[in-house]
Amino acid sequence: MTRTGSGSATPVRAPRDIAAPGTGGVGDSPLRPDGTLKVKGEFAYSSDLWIDGMLWGATLRSPHPRAKIVSIDVSAALAHPGVSAVLTHEDVPGRKHFGLDHTWDQPVLAAGEVRHQGEPIALVAADHPETARRAMEKIRIEYEVLEPLTDARRAAFDPAYPQVQPRGNLARHQPVRVGDVEAAKARAEVVVSGEYRVGIQDQAFLGPESGLAVPAEDGGVDLYVATQWMHNDLKQIAPCLGLPEEKIRMTLSGVGGAFGGREDLSMQIHAAMLALHTGRPVKIVYNRYESFFGHVHRHPAEMRYEYGATKDGRILYADVEILLDGGAYTSATMNVVGNAASLGVGPYVIPNIKIDAYGVYTNNPPCGAMRGFGAVQACFAYESMMDKLAEACGLDPVTVRQVNAASQGSELATGQVIWAPLPMAEMLRQARELPMPPPLDASDIRNLPGGASQTTHGEGVRRGVGYGVGLKNICFSEGYDDYSTARVRLEVIGGEAVALVHTAAAEVGQGLVTLEAQIARTELGVERVVIHPADNQVGDAGSSSASRQSYMTGGAVMTACQAVREGVFALAAARLDRPLDTLGDLSLVGGKVVSESAGVLAAIEDVLGDAVIEETREYHHEPTTGMDPVTGRGDSHTQLALCVHRAVVDVDVELGLVKVVELAAVQDVGKILNRLSLEGQIHGGTAQGLGLAVMEEIVVSDGKVRNPSFTDYLIPTILDMPPMRLEILENADPRAPYGLRGAGEPPTLSSTPAIVAAIRDATGLALTRVPVRPEHITGSS
Amino acid sequence: MRVTFTVNGRRETADDVWEGESLLYVLRERVGLPGSKNACEQGECGSCTVYLDGTPVCACLVAAGQVEGREVRTVEGLADGDRLDPVQEAFVECGAVQCGFCTPGLVVQAHDLIERVAEPSDAEIREALAGNLCRCTGYEKILDAVRLAAARKAAS
Repeated sequence: MTRTGSGSATPVRAPRDIAAPGTGGVGDSPLRPDGTLKVKGEFAYSSDLWIDGMLWGATLRSPHPRAKIVSIDVSAALAHPGVSAVLTHEDVPGRKHFGLDHTWDQPVLAAGEVRHQGEPIALVAADHPETARRAMEKIRIEYEVLEPLTDARRAAFDPAYPQVQPRGNLARHQPVRVGDVEAAKARAEVVVSGEYRVGIQDQAFLGPESGLAVPAEDGGVDLYVATQWMHNDLKQIAPCLGLPEEKIRMTLSGVGGAFGGREDLSMQIHAAMLALHTGRPVKIVYNRYESFFGHVHRHPAEMRYEYGATKDGRILYADVEILLDGGAYTSATMNVVGNAASLGVGPYVIPNIKIDAYGVYTNNPPCGAMRGFGAVQACFAYESMMDKLAEACGLDPVTVRQVNAASQGSELATGQVIWAPLPMAEMLRQARELPMPPPLDASDIRNLPGGASQTTHGEGVRRGVGYGVGLKNICFSEGYDDYSTARVRLEVIGGEAVALVHTAAAEVGQGLVTLEAQIARTELGVERVVIHPADNQVGDAGSSSASRQSYMTGGAVMTACQAVREGVFALAAARLDRPLDTLGDLSLVGGKVVSESAGVLAAIEDVLGDAVIEETREYHHEPTTGMDPVTGRGDSHTQLALCVHRAVVDVDVELGLVKVVELAAVQDVGKILNRLSLEGQIHGGTAQGLGLAVMEEIVVSDGKVRNPSFTDYLIPTILDMPPMRLEILENADPRAPYGLRGAGEPPTLSSTPAIVAAIRDATGLALTRVPVRPEHITGSS
Repeated sequence: MRVTFTVNGRRETADDVWEGESLLYVLRERVGLPGSKNACEQGECGSCTVYLDGTPVCACLVAAGQVEGREVRTVEGLADGDRLDPVQEAFVECGAVQCGFCTPGLVVQAHDLIERVAEPSDAEIREALAGNLCRCTGYEKILDAVRLAAARKAAS
């Protein structure tokens, strides 16, 4: 048993301070502070934690998408040798439900009813993971299996459809109304329509859900977890454990990717319950199979679009219905619907718009946040429509987009004026003019679709080119008070000024820790920066989602550093025995306090001496408003970011195989803070868009997932990803720190429709559904 | 059961090993080497790639008992103290590391490639790394890193 001190024992490989290497400030590409640890295998992920005497937790999940639980008998499991605890909903110490966005509709452990396959029902703690697994098999549950409610359309529109959960079947309906669509229909010279579908995509982060809960002597618990937003976790965990928040100390352990899949809680409350119940540390690590049930996915969508236009391709109206299936619980569905509605026609100026976006409850797998959430689904549909319109009007796909392109000063569907540069027409021109990849060299079989498995000589291979444009809102929208907090401390250590940066922001791989150090160097003029582990001993940083951390936590670190800098200036004035206002314009550069008029005044180390300057600042972005519930009007977004993709594909039309030959992206990021990290974000986002285009889908029938493994759920390998060409623009957003734009999500939007457009170009097929499967190409489905 | 094997040049003995345990579990949970990663535990992702008697294998697919008396080299055994192996160095420099969960397996696999092939072509790199999934990078920077490591190795 390990229970020492009020804060309890520290596990082996607990997160620690990391010194940021190099000297790079904002605009440079210094090495990642955690890079060396990661390549040596020494970086401590949440699944790597270990502490003396720890138990292994396991979660029993429902095999049925919908069933009544008649009885649960844990006695045989409890009697299994090596088992320390078996817990059910009766053992949840506090509130029985949790959830994002104040909905609190998800049971910690199912009571009386299960609403999706994989819903947690019971927990086991044992001395070995295999012991826990075998004990779980001894838990006897009597179910009354019910027919799952899996029809999203009926859930949205049929009042007679049974209710999935007490909140009713409609999570949110968000309309958008602009002008008069019916009147515009009479004037349209060209009408195009389409029905589009997006399958369920999984975040498929490589590091499975995992963490360690260590009980503390004060009755609280220390949690080492991989999450995207610690403070929001805490808001849900504390009431469910029946503990005040200050008795739960959370530390971010190494996160093996996130992409939205760690916004919702997974094992946090469960591990804490087991630890508090047994008085021993408890580690839970999902395997890949369980991970497919342990987090929400990207909402599948069913979308009906109709556009009317003039003969020369100017869109007169858009009539749009977007139906998003959120599964059994709310999760991020409210925000996904908001994004889909507000960005339902993308970056195009359309005078008459009718959009209805719906999010519904069903017994299908639960869905929530994934990179580009809500905007990704709509983007596939509206970009497909642009290609359809181009064809109908005899225009090329770039021209039709340029004709209708939004730009600075134009209005979004919500009426919000685009206040920052949005050079979309120019970006499309650049994308088109990039050099084309060489033609197919079929003499090397590895170049053919299907690669080394090809059985032909490439007789059926056709090349195609397609374009996609995606517009994504950055940071939280719809009136949310979105902020981040940073604490920065400057002191002399070993004769050198060192900045310590402390935030609760989750480094999930995106490189935020690198950026924090760069900002501290630029603002404080020091070289040495140390990044403190993210924990809840500092204020809320908000989530590592919505491409917001460079903006928000970047902004918080910047303002905290500026406050520290003011402290240095005041101290310098005192040391020089001169009034501060006589020193002129001061800055911190190259380790010195520099006056614009008088040059170098003193070394920062000499000014500081033994003094420690520490400042904590909150950074809020420009406030947004909600969307009007009837018209959708409102200034609901604080920043918008655009990416344009050009895809080149080779398609074997006989075998139905696709090889993406090249992807080119033109993205406006406002300001390049770190080119190396930024390119990595664009590459990675593009790859996930490629996955959605041609391979990734959680296949569901009767509410059950049929492919919960990396054998059957395919994500792009290095053979699937083509070389990429990037053009990065820097048209500053004057409101944002350093003029930056969030960059992680936009490429995930635009690469999917670009690839599908290229496949259409190669095949002449309509292709209204992603992922595109071989049978959609060969017509054999 | 008891399993005795050599890992990164050191002789290790693990006691009370359940017969169903994998080499990956023994490395991560019994001998204190969690560098090899548990992303899929069914041989699809390559995150747990280690050398077994000089050949790269998925440690998750090797039963613990199979390593009795044999030699294992993990990602933790590539650097010479603080001096990184050229592959490790290139991964950090080129931005091939984001979340890093795939990195240990990719580093071992790439290390094996440039041991075997002096200056691999892009097609050879892609083929060699086709069994290693990465969800963050889109692989472009990984290709850069392997090219750089191979060039440095060839020049040294």
